[in-house]
Parts: sequence; C-alpha cells; structure tokens
Amino acid sequence: MNVLDVNIVEKQFPAPQGDGSVLALRGVKFSMPTGQFMCVVGPSGCGKTTLMHLTSALDADFDGSITVAGKPPGEGPALGYMFQSPRLMNWLSVLDNVRLVASPEALAAGRPERLLNDMRLGDFLHTFPNRLSGGMQRRVALARAFVNEAPLLLLDEPFISLDEPVADMLRSLLLQLWSESQSSVLFVTHDLREALFLADRVLFMSPSPGRVVLDMAIDLPRPRDAKGPALESLRRKLLAEHPSLLAGLAGAAEQPKQEAPAWS
Amino acid sequence: MVASGITRVQGGDRIKRSPPLPRSIPAAAWRLLSFFSFFGVWWLAANPWKPLASARVLPSPLTVAEAFWVHAYENLRTLDWSFALFGNDIDLVFQIPVLIHAVGVTLGRVAISFVIAMILGTIGGILMGRWGKVDFALDGWLMMGLNMPALIIGMLSFVWFGLNDTALIIAVIINKVPTVAVTVREGARAVERDLMQVARAFRLSWQKTLFKVYLPQLYPFIMAAGRSGLALLWKIILVYELLGRSSGVGYQLSTYFSMFEIKSVLAYAFSFMAVVILIEILLVRRLERRMTRWRMAS
Repeated sequence: MNVLDVNIVEKQFPAPQGDGSVLALRGVKFSMPTGQFMCVVGPSGCGKTTLMHLTSALDADFDGSITVAGKPPGEGPALGYMFQSPRLMNWLSVLDNVRLVASPEALAAGRPERLLNDMRLGDFLHTFPNRLSGGMQRRVALARAFVNEAPLLLLDEPFISLDEPVADMLRSLLLQLWSESQSSVLFVTHDLREALFLADRVLFMSPSPGRVVLDMAIDLPRPRDAKGPALESLRRKLLAEHPSLLAGLAGAAEQPKQEAPAWS
Repeated sequence: MVASGITRVQGGDRIKRSPPLPRSIPAAAWRLLSFFSFFGVWWLAANPWKPLASARVLPSPLTVAEAFWVHAYENLRTLDWSFALFGNDIDLVFQIPVLIHAVGVTLGRVAISFVIAMILGTIGGILMGRWGKVDFALDGWLMMGLNMPALIIGMLSFVWFGLNDTALIIAVIINKVPTVAVTVREGARAVERDLMQVARAFRLSWQKTLFKVYLPQLYPFIMAAGRSGLALLWKIILVYELLGRSSGVGYQLSTYFSMFEIKSVLAYAFSFMAVVILIEILLVRRLERRMTRWRMAS
C-alpha cells in the first residue's frame, strides 16, 4: 500500500519579471510505500520545497496528479509538516503551539504533553517560544509535526542552519519518533550525508527544472553510524558513480583526510 | 537549572536572559510628582494673595473641588423610568447627582461609538490590508474621512439625522473608523504569510486560524488604534454634546460656560478626565499588557 503517489507532469510559476513562466518541476514520478523514510536530495532551487507544497495542498496549481493515502492532497488525511524555520506562534506557549494543531484524539490522549516531555521540554510547556533557543524551537516544531500521528510527515530541510551537535541530536530524535510511530516521512535536504544517515530510500533531483534522476534504496542496517565505514563507503561509491549528479550538494565534496561529522 | 538569570538545558540549549526587574517604584513616584506639580502650579497661579486672574476666571483647585462636591453630591436630578415586566407596568423614580448622570450618559455614548467604530474600522482595515482591490476601492473614502473636519461631520449628522443620540454616534463613528482602518491596514499588510501557511498545512479550522494565528498578529495594531481612538473620541463627543444634545458632560459644560461659571466647567472637565484616565489605567493598559505579554518575554 502506498501512502503517496506522485506524478507531476509540469509545475510552472509566473516569471518574476514580465510575461512568461518558469518551469520548476518536470516529470517527477514516484510512489512511497507506507512506513518508509524517504529523502529527496537536490541542489538549491531544484524544486524540493515546491514538491512539498504540492504534496500538502499549499499549492494546487500543477499538471499531473498527487494522491495521499489514495486521495488528492487536501481531501485525504491531514499531514504533519515541519518547515525550514520553526514557524511557531510566538503569542502561544510551547504547549499551546502543539495543542493548536492537535486533533481531538491527540488532545484526549495527552499526546502534546507526552511528546514535549519526551523531547525534554517538560519544564518549558508554558514558556513563550521567543524565549527558547533555536534548537528548542525546532524540537517544538518536531513535536507539532508528530502530534497527530499523521500517515505522512513532510519535513522540509528542518535542521538547516543549526549547529552540528544540535542538528545531530534532532536527527536522532526524529529517527526515534519515526520508529515509534506508524508514519511515513518525506524529508527534503540538500545534504547527502544527512540523507544517507536517515533514509530508507533517496530520490536525487536534477537542477531546475527538477526531475527525479536517481531513485536509490539505502540498505544500510539501523541504527547507523554517521562516522562508520559503511556510510562513508556508500557516499564515496555514489560520488564515484555519479559525480555530475551530486555536484553542488552539501556533504558531497571530497574530504580525504577528514572524518564525517558525529551524528550519532 | 536557573542561575544568574540564565536557564540552561541539556544539549547546550540556552534560553535568553530574563529581563531586568522594572524600576516601578521610582517611576510611579515621578509620575505622582508630575501629577501633583500640575495642581501646585495651578494653585500658585490662583493664590488668594496675588492671583494671575480673578477667582471667577481662574478659580483655585479648592474652589473647583467644592464645585465638584456640589454637582457630584448635592445637586440631584430626578429620573423617571417606566417599563413593562411580565405584563406589569413598573415606574421607577429615583434621584442621582447631576454630575454622575452626565458622566454616565457621556460614557455610554463613548462606549457605544467606540465599540462600533473599532469593529467597523478593524474589519475595513483587514479587508484593505488583505486585498489590494478593496484597498484601491476604499482609499478615496479613507482620505476623505481622515481629512473631513470633525465639526462639519457633526453638524451634517445633526442636520440629516436630527438632534438625537443616533446622529451623535453616527458622527463619532464616521470620525473614528478611518483612523482605526488605517492603523489596522498596516497590521494586515504585515501579517506573516509563513504562519498562515502553517495554518493551511495543518488544516486548522477558520476559527482557529482567525483567533489563534491571524488576529494575534494584529493585536498590537488594534490596541494602538484603540488607545489613540479613545483619547480622541471622548473629546469629539463632548463637542458634539455641546453642539446638539441636551444631556451629558458636553451639555453641562456649555450650560456653565454660558453662565461663565468656570469652577463648574473645570469640575465637570476634571471629573470626566479622571474617569477616562481610570479606564486607560485599569482597563486599556491591562488589556494591552495581556495581549502583548509574549513580546515582553523576548
């Protein structure tokens, strides 16, 4: 059973200046089985965020079809979403931010409080988000994305611009939440190492107009070691086999004498 | 966990330093000093030995206080209130001090016109800030409303609708709505699209989107419009009462002005100012603090 079927023929945007349009996506076609952790990797501007907007019905203007759990986006089940920035409501407490999006079932089960406690935010339930550090705000956003146990979670470069130790902690937290839930995750990144560390499967997209150029299963056993030889060897193999495809991605550059960052 | 105003948590996360304690006592003392210095200067100007003007033109604070006591306690007005309740005709006759009655009548007009003007101005401002076409369509009206002298609006309203409370309230609303709309329009233009996207992505109901996501972004603008509006509105109402009504503080001011009884004019003026200041301190500031407390936390 697929939780997500994507068949985007074309997605265009009006040109920023004057007439005409800009082609953002062309020929993006893939299916995602239930429970899978899929990463979409591509250089900046290749249409990764556009793909997320189309999947979540934030944008419905495209040629093609997308179904989430068998229904068009917006008509099927509500999704979980984590954006590039936390996008928290600063006038609501940490707890109220999560409760705001929680379904009646999630509220009745006390999931907002439990998730926040699991994320070591129990002492900050009634704190306003603007008093929290960047890492803590991302944890609140992560709790918000998971609170409804949605069948599909969309995470759009959620750990971008964080310090490595904080991003590392959040990646571990994400994997823990995912393994405890029934949710499927569609995770967008431009960081090859991050994708190889997290995903069951990685889709590589070409520069604009974005299209899927490589669909690869990651067969490394979990839990993975970001510093381990298995992940590093896979990364080197990819670089050797697809040098032009991976050019411009973070984490794709050769670093002969340098170990990968400590993610676990 | 808390040390020197900084709270630390595991993983190197850190929350921001707490704001320093407000120096409320010295500030309050300065405010009181400023307040009493006004009465001190007034007393000096009207001193019994060498006043700047005659006591009839410039009465001392004590004379005004005596006049206040007379109007707020001794001068009584009889009110006859008849109504039907469960099929019985009830006729209530009671007496209240003239000053209290006048302040109450004016406050009622302030409250009604303030609420209606804020609602209409807020809706108009949101529509104009959100949709460019509405902004273009209403901009001319807004310019006219902002620049039309309050006195002319009042005169025309009394001519068109008669010398009654409806005409007064309509005139006040016409005066106030454009200023509220302009302020709220700026807020609506500044609403963060990113946060509205969160509401859409999580498919929040329109009620949650409006009250938990959209309006809180406008609260600072609505509060600013409300505060400036209240300050302006009661002054306009006094003028309109003087112009076309036979009750309220404005009417009393006109009566005592025509008799050249300045002590009573000042007694009424200060009474109403005190009420408005109390509303500002006890209601408006508290409401503003409550609505924007998250900002103070940053």
